[in-house]
Amino acid sequence: MTRFCLALVLFAAIAPAAMAADDETARAERWNDLRQSFFGQRPILEGSDKISLDAPDRAMDAALVPVTINVANPSQVKAVYLLIDDNPAPLAAHVAFGPAGDPRSLKLRVRVNQYTYIHAVEETLTGELFATRRFVKAAGGCSAPAGSYDPAALADIGRMKLRASEQSSGDGSVEAQLLVRHPNFNGMQMDQVTRLYTPARFLKTIEATYNNEIVFRLETDISMATDPAITFGVRTSQKGKLAVSARDSSGALFESSFDLGPQGS
Amino acid sequence: MSDGAQFRTPASDARQISPTRRSFVLGGFCLCCLPGAGPGAFAAEGPWPTEEIAEGIHVRRGVDEDATKANADAIANIGFIIGRDGVLVTDPGGSLTDGERLRSAIRAKTSLPIRYVVMSHIHPDHIFGASAFSGDDPVFIGHYRLAEALQQRGAYYRGVLAEILGEDRVGSIVAPKMEARGKSEIDLGDRVIEISAHSPAHTSTDLSLLDRKTGTLFPADLLFVGRAPSLDGSLQGWRDVLADLKQTGVPRAVPGHGPASVAWPQGAAALDGYLAVLQRETEAAVEKNIGIDAAAKSVAQSERAAWKLFDDYNGRNVIEAYKEIEWR
Ligand SMILES: [Zn+2]
Repeated sequence: MTRFCLALVLFAAIAPAAMAADDETARAERWNDLRQSFFGQRPILEGSDKISLDAPDRAMDAALVPVTINVANPSQVKAVYLLIDDNPAPLAAHVAFGPAGDPRSLKLRVRVNQYTYIHAVEETLTGELFATRRFVKAAGGCSAPAGSYDPAALADIGRMKLRASEQSSGDGSVEAQLLVRHPNFNGMQMDQVTRLYTPARFLKTIEATYNNEIVFRLETDISMATDPAITFGVRTSQKGKLAVSARDSSGALFESSFDLGPQGS
Repeated sequence: MSDGAQFRTPASDARQISPTRRSFVLGGFCLCCLPGAGPGAFAAEGPWPTEEIAEGIHVRRGVDEDATKANADAIANIGFIIGRDGVLVTDPGGSLTDGERLRSAIRAKTSLPIRYVVMSHIHPDHIFGASAFSGDDPVFIGHYRLAEALQQRGAYYRGVLAEILGEDRVGSIVAPKMEARGKSEIDLGDRVIEISAHSPAHTSTDLSLLDRKTGTLFPADLLFVGRAPSLDGSLQGWRDVLADLKQTGVPRAVPGHGPASVAWPQGAAALDGYLAVLQRETEAAVEKNIGIDAAAKSVAQSERAAWKLFDDYNGRNVIEAYKEIEWR
């Protein structure tokens, strides 16, 4: 994994001109490989009328690229996938929604390692797949060191914060943002002295329940930005408890719970 | 601030029209690959001009651009202080080329030994010239967290710079031999240089220097004048450190970017204003649940005309500030 990413970076460095002519072909092949490895032979339909993906054309910070996925028919959505085609670990997120989840809008912050297409794929309750894509210009977001991440902040690892939106949508849904303190070390930063890579340690799953019903279950990887932030919808009709459990690649489990209700809390 | 046009080189024009520009931005420092910048730019020989801003203090003003092959990453204000017993380098420059030229400038002024090389913080435009001084065997001085920051970022910075400048022009990474913590002093014989190691502000590795003899403060990138500041440490921390530095009571400061010297503390006014707006408007955005992406486009836009390279840095600064504030 680490070697692969380094090779990608170096290759991008020495051969940008040669790449340019074949970029679109190479990108189409890349996506073809990805869809086969993640979805096998299942057909993926053009879905820009069902699912939309919003991201900056040119990222201001490749290590924190905000992405929004909206779906047109939330009641028919089982899960969404976010794939960053040219990242070393392309599957940035697989979010499966439960009965207490409202899939209409989902926001994440991701790392982008080089100019790439990002695909959002919707899986419906009947098993159909719809995809949309967007090209994002950003470089270095994953081989780049984790910003100014303070080792002292490791003491804070797993701390969570929930911010609920003031306005409810009027149909029993509340938008909430979950912040999780985690460096999400991706194992791709070399230590100059030892010539070793800082070991990877990143969040792998985040599960949220509301009054014991699943809101979402997120599987993620090293493409998620430091201190992951997820904005999601919760179906609520009364005040209740949002419980979150997150597990990282070292096996550590982090849990928090929050009061949440229709008018926010 | 009104002279932005005079720094608009052909290379920066190329950057604006070229669809192939790739930029690497990390921690507030933007490294951009400019396809238009050719090797011919190395035609000039010898040291770049320095200005003696106070007795024995020489400053080379950096250009207000991002790193290019043509400018050899000579974009920060760097310089040296000549004392009775030796020379202290206050930032060795942004590349081996930049450091070599600074060394030539020193040798044109004095044959005294180069005893100290201060590396003010982690950003490459200030420290990649360090290896040009290795033959002098000076004491390399850095913040006590600089070594760790170099371990985290050095290879990455070096790789990106190598892509812009060429492998042989970057310079190798030099770790500090003296790690500054709190306050320390360097005696150059007839003048004592005070070194302060700060808590996270512009970066997590900021040093400032003070020469009492001439009343000159070297805040390095704790002070930007005219060129858009970059935030890579802590917004609140930077405001606090700046407030402290303003109490120093000396008449003059050498900004990390901008003129070779400015009146102090008046020279901090514009930066103070920017940081205050950045904080106030980012706090409001977090408070109103305006997303980080929307905030990055809207916060501090009233400052746009006041700073060169504003669009390259402000959005990133907002993202940094937002991350800091949303966790409060
Ligand atoms: Zn700096």
